[in-house]
Amino acid sequence: MTKAYRRYKGQQRGREIDDAALNEIRDLLGADKPRRDLLIEYLHLIQDKFGCIHSSHCVALAHEMKLSSVEVYEVATFYHHFDVVKDDQAAPAPITVRVCDSVSCSLFGSNQLRTELIAKLEPGVRVQAVPCVGRCANAPVAVVGANAIESATVDSVLSAVLSREVEAVPTQHKHYAQYCEDGGYALLRRCHAEAMTRDDLIDELKNAGLRGLGGAGFPAGSKWSILRGQPAPRLVAVNIDEGEPGTFKDRHYLERDPHRFIEGMLIATWAIEASACYIYIRDEYTACRLALEQELTALRANPPCELPLIELRRGAGAYICGEESAMIESIEGKRGLPRLRPPYVAEVGLFARPTLEHNMETLYWIRDIIDNGAAWFTSNGRRGRTGLRSFSVSGRVSNPGVHLAPAGISVRELIDEYCGGMLPGHEFYAYFPGGASGGILPAALGDEALDFETLQALGCFIGSAAVIILSNHDSARDAALNAMRFFKHESCGQCTPCRVGTAKAVDLMERSEWDKPLLEELAQAMQDASICGLGQAAPNPLRCVIKYFPQEFS
Amino acid sequence: MATQNKTVAFELDGLTVKAHAGETILQAALRVGIEIPHLCFKETYRADGNCRACVVEINGERSLAPSCCRTPSAGMTVTSNSGRARHSQRMVLELLKSDMPTSMRSPYTPTSELDHWCEVLGVSRSRFGRRVQPERDISNPAIAVNLDACIQCTRCVRACREEQVNDVIGFAFRGSAAQIVFDLDDAMGDSICVSCGECVQACPTGALMPAAEIGNTIVDRVVESACPYCGVGCLLNYHVKNERIQFVQGRDGPSNRSRLCVKGRYGFDYVHNPERLTRPLLRRQGVTKTSDILSPADINKTFREVSWDEALDFAATGFTRIRHAAGPSALAGFGSAKGSNEEAYLFQKLIRTGFGTNNVDHCTRLCHASSVAAMLETIGSGSVSNQVADVSEADVILIIGAKPSANHPVAATFMKNAVKNGKTLIVLDPYRSDLARHADHFLQFRSDTDVPLLNSMMHTIIEEQLHNLEYIEKYTEGFDALREGVKEYSPEAVSLICGIDAPTIREVARIYARSKASMIFWGMGISQHIHGTDNARCLISLALLTGQIGRPGCGLHPLRGQNNVQGASDVGLIPMVFPDYQPVQNDAIRARFESLWGVALDPKPGLTVVEIMHAVHAGKLHGMYIMGENPAMSDPNLNHARAALAKLEHLVVQDIFLTETAGFADVVLPASAFPEKTGTFTNTDRRVQLGRQAIPCPGDARHDLWIIGQLANRLGLDWNYTDPSEVFSEMRQAMPSINGITWERLQEEHSVTYPCKNEGDAGESILFRDGFPTPNGRAKFVPATYTHAAELPDGDYDFILITGRHLEHWHTGSMTRHASVLNAIEPEPVISIHPLDMQDRNISPAGFVRLQSRRGELVARVRSDLGLQRGSVFMAFCYVEAAANLLTVEDLDPYGKIPEFKFCAVRVSAAPNTNSEI
Repeated sequence: MTKAYRRYKGQQRGREIDDAALNEIRDLLGADKPRRDLLIEYLHLIQDKFGCIHSSHCVALAHEMKLSSVEVYEVATFYHHFDVVKDDQAAPAPITVRVCDSVSCSLFGSNQLRTELIAKLEPGVRVQAVPCVGRCANAPVAVVGANAIESATVDSVLSAVLSREVEAVPTQHKHYAQYCEDGGYALLRRCHAEAMTRDDLIDELKNAGLRGLGGAGFPAGSKWSILRGQPAPRLVAVNIDEGEPGTFKDRHYLERDPHRFIEGMLIATWAIEASACYIYIRDEYTACRLALEQELTALRANPPCELPLIELRRGAGAYICGEESAMIESIEGKRGLPRLRPPYVAEVGLFARPTLEHNMETLYWIRDIIDNGAAWFTSNGRRGRTGLRSFSVSGRVSNPGVHLAPAGISVRELIDEYCGGMLPGHEFYAYFPGGASGGILPAALGDEALDFETLQALGCFIGSAAVIILSNHDSARDAALNAMRFFKHESCGQCTPCRVGTAKAVDLMERSEWDKPLLEELAQAMQDASICGLGQAAPNPLRCVIKYFPQEFS
Repeated sequence: MATQNKTVAFELDGLTVKAHAGETILQAALRVGIEIPHLCFKETYRADGNCRACVVEINGERSLAPSCCRTPSAGMTVTSNSGRARHSQRMVLELLKSDMPTSMRSPYTPTSELDHWCEVLGVSRSRFGRRVQPERDISNPAIAVNLDACIQCTRCVRACREEQVNDVIGFAFRGSAAQIVFDLDDAMGDSICVSCGECVQACPTGALMPAAEIGNTIVDRVVESACPYCGVGCLLNYHVKNERIQFVQGRDGPSNRSRLCVKGRYGFDYVHNPERLTRPLLRRQGVTKTSDILSPADINKTFREVSWDEALDFAATGFTRIRHAAGPSALAGFGSAKGSNEEAYLFQKLIRTGFGTNNVDHCTRLCHASSVAAMLETIGSGSVSNQVADVSEADVILIIGAKPSANHPVAATFMKNAVKNGKTLIVLDPYRSDLARHADHFLQFRSDTDVPLLNSMMHTIIEEQLHNLEYIEKYTEGFDALREGVKEYSPEAVSLICGIDAPTIREVARIYARSKASMIFWGMGISQHIHGTDNARCLISLALLTGQIGRPGCGLHPLRGQNNVQGASDVGLIPMVFPDYQPVQNDAIRARFESLWGVALDPKPGLTVVEIMHAVHAGKLHGMYIMGENPAMSDPNLNHARAALAKLEHLVVQDIFLTETAGFADVVLPASAFPEKTGTFTNTDRRVQLGRQAIPCPGDARHDLWIIGQLANRLGLDWNYTDPSEVFSEMRQAMPSINGITWERLQEEHSVTYPCKNEGDAGESILFRDGFPTPNGRAKFVPATYTHAAELPDGDYDFILITGRHLEHWHTGSMTRHASVLNAIEPEPVISIHPLDMQDRNISPAGFVRLQSRRGELVARVRSDLGLQRGSVFMAFCYVEAAANLLTVEDLDPYGKIPEFKFCAVRVSAAPNTNSEI
């Protein structure tokens, strides 16, 4: 009947606390009183040490944290990087090879790579298909332990496994001293010296027209003004949970110049007079996280000014935590379920405090905009749009990668001017303008401006500016199914339209004949009635394919 | 406050609707009769907005909004019935319907809310494929888990976590794999689930239902009544079909807000147990009484069925004979805290007027007699000052010597709710119960050291000048004596005695003293000691010292154990007082009762429970009438008590089962169970509540009121009560405290708080707002000094035995052990012990333990329990197979005459398995 473990006669209700497990947990947690908001960090400690999270450790951790065991269990099972196993189940293999199966990597044969790896790898190595790991310019990507292997082949992965190269390759970033030497943190010092007013600084951002670069595009200056009007204590939260398939710009900047965003974060902290900063980075970015830890330590050792509390938090494999309120839940140590709004994060955010939440890249540009002036930023742009955007370009182009280009550029210009044209033998066929959730457009619409308003009219959006180029060798329908599978995999499961809708949509889209009217009905309800952007945007590729690629159904 | 009454006018489906302040669009719609489908929303629960069935269009907003979570703003235009809104509502229903176990109506419940809304919106089928369905889980004897009908609305999670705060149910995994789980995705029966059934009551689709599919029954009638078990006094509904109770649901009573615990919800079928007494029994001539418990195999050899007349005549004749031969003091009666106020009132009236003695007592003697003694002595009243619901007004909640999550489970939920709302919880107890997890401070002090610990808190408060001088001067006397009395109890000195470090004692004392409102709850960990009265005196002094009494959210609350122990005491089921605690020695009072009852009354206080047993042994007491009590299980040192019962010349037992005590009887009278009668019951909160008859008595069993009346008339009294309301009317004359409560009001309101002196009074929920009901209006500090338990562990008997209750079993188990679900969950006696002590004594899991004391011994299965301190064991006293009271001491608290159930010395050893089945 059920998954019952045998309860012996006379036993108290529930699982007993295992003495050995309790001691192991106490060793891991150290002497400080456990904090509820650090639950996910503690789960990482257990996962890292034991390669999984056993029931006995869940029970012991719950005991130490004065939680019930289900409160630990439901958090642990939400995040895919935690392997939660029963005590009588075997721990997972010591080495995990994660093969990305998102759109870009699948264009470059990730499915076959995975199949071959499963066949050739020794027992004791686990191969998983995982969603986008944020290295789409060098697809396909396989991650051995924490070692990301770009342009992976069976041989390169086997070699890494055999030689146990499982650590992340450290980043070659600009260190604190060098950043300071190059004039870094001078602006922050000027702020703290009150060399400018907070209002002037915010006005400059407004003049630059800087919009949030995580996807929603809310004007940054206005957000800061709103926060200024909220009661203290206020908090800053930085979103580096870059998980939208096709997006890797945050990693790109972080690997090179992490202090530029840290300075932006501290300027924002000063501007809204916040008391603490929380940085949330996805678990896939191990090297970046280690670099950030290192640079924050250097910063604290020799601070340019009085620093607020800065906490670095590690995600655990959940795309949804890139949604601003889900990220806040995750920082609080909970399942990453998006919150219903209102109230908005700016009013009731992290720990119920007014919170300024920004994508990392938004903060990255603060220093340059203030130093160079709003006019510098707005001098860029095409088709009447102003500013710069960092496009993460992947797919069938010769020179994929992060390209800083004028706002308003079209995809065709982007391909031709920045990406060295299409790959040899490939003709431009279709493109995702904004990652998996931004929809798919045909090449015929390749001269439209890649910006918020234009794309919206086409049923798409630019989001994080992750542009994936498909060629005449690819199928938009397959790409849409890939995207819907991704959303099914990453749905938090909270609301019906998304939890059930993505699953039913995948079912329908896997059939050879699509029931287009039913899919359209479903898409409408998902868009209208889902709690957050994931469910609302999940039908975009599906609807685009029906609308723009009728030939694929004939 | 004025703004709270403001309404907000908005447009809903073309109508102008005025929403009350704080009301959501959905609530306003439901109130004015506009139907919007909703599934995850449940009135009184936190709205979660996850199902999206209630989405509506709000003008100016891009996506649809969940009407259950949105409050309207003035002038907002909302449409719930537009094409767009209806499309999403229907699609949500269709998506959920596709994953149901069948495409037809729910196979689990006739009241599926999903089925209902599908019908309303015309969603007759689903065009989507069905998910892979989870397995059925029937591991819990009370609850069937059919997650194939689950819609992930998380009402059960909120029920378990936010209402009852049992924290068993969670929402685990993610996306379409997201699933309701118990603990670590364990079978419900293996989990820490306490089977309160709040989740069943909350589930909209029948995914969680009473076991055995009983919830599918269409019942004949629903009867509004109350719970027969603990003192919390939950109101409930009996669902009756074919004169049998099918299931029970919580009703919105003031003390339970629709919540119930496992006993109240699943412990009702004892009434239909085939072992119910249905015919009067007479002991066969020549069957001698021994001190052994009657074996079920010997029932027919021992008793014969007789007519009511024969039984009643025999019963009355025996009492009359003894009274004539040895005088009224050779007779005694034990009434019951399980019966109604009317029954208890008539019972004591019968003993006092028919027997002519004050030898009448009941199990209050075994639970809170010491608390009541201390309270009457110091503050002039034996009942709680503030009601449980007042925890929401408190800043600090201090719980000592109580395990409310087992013994007052629904009250515990309100305490846990308060903690979740940010109140500070301090738990002081030798045992770490699950409540300790919720506590900000948990002080696991050594058994028997209550007085020094509490004295050291008072020492700290006085030393640090945190006491409330103004209050002390205005409302108390004897402060100097208290100050002197606690002087030598510095936390530093006491920490060595009680095992709590001095800074913690000081910290907790400060928190209690400084808070805006601090409320004290205590249970039998305080009262059941030979220094129980001293323990209670300390708690009372603590409250008086800091002025933490007489206001909302503070005061003193001894948690009463049985459903009507408060009422039974109030109506005079106590040897030293008439109804309303009016002393029998007081000539004026006695004269008043003599005139009310028309009989001369005994001016001497009678004997208490344990004293009565001693009197039997001493040859001074020969006849007893016992109604609904079970001293053969509940008295201390049972071998001694059972020998006394066997020695009685004439014993009449009135009960619903052939209890262990009834086995010693000469006459057994088959009586009515709670759902078979109507009457009032007074809960721990001083609420007088109406229990209504739901089903008839089985066979020839009769109402207790009728039986008492028949006996009374055979003892020469001339009683003509035909209805409990007549008895209640007489009680009002005898008892100023309830004089203002009318039967009609009880029928209408179900629950009325006393004191309620005049008709129309609301009833005083908070006592002592301005002084105390003492002769001078002042409360009295009575200092206490540290004394030891009667029997301390030594080399021979080196463990401490603590007795108490299990969640599933109540008192001596006479009801709960006959309730199939409860007995299935806790089927056998267990001895709880710390796992390290198990190791020390080579006791293996599922193994057996022998406990020996100087008075008796027993063997039972072991239960590993980290909550116990080393060197102590715990047992519930409800199991006749291993009756814990065989071991306990009969020494009494000198004031409350309560035995020391919470402390005696025992020897612990591994025992061979006596039972082959493991």
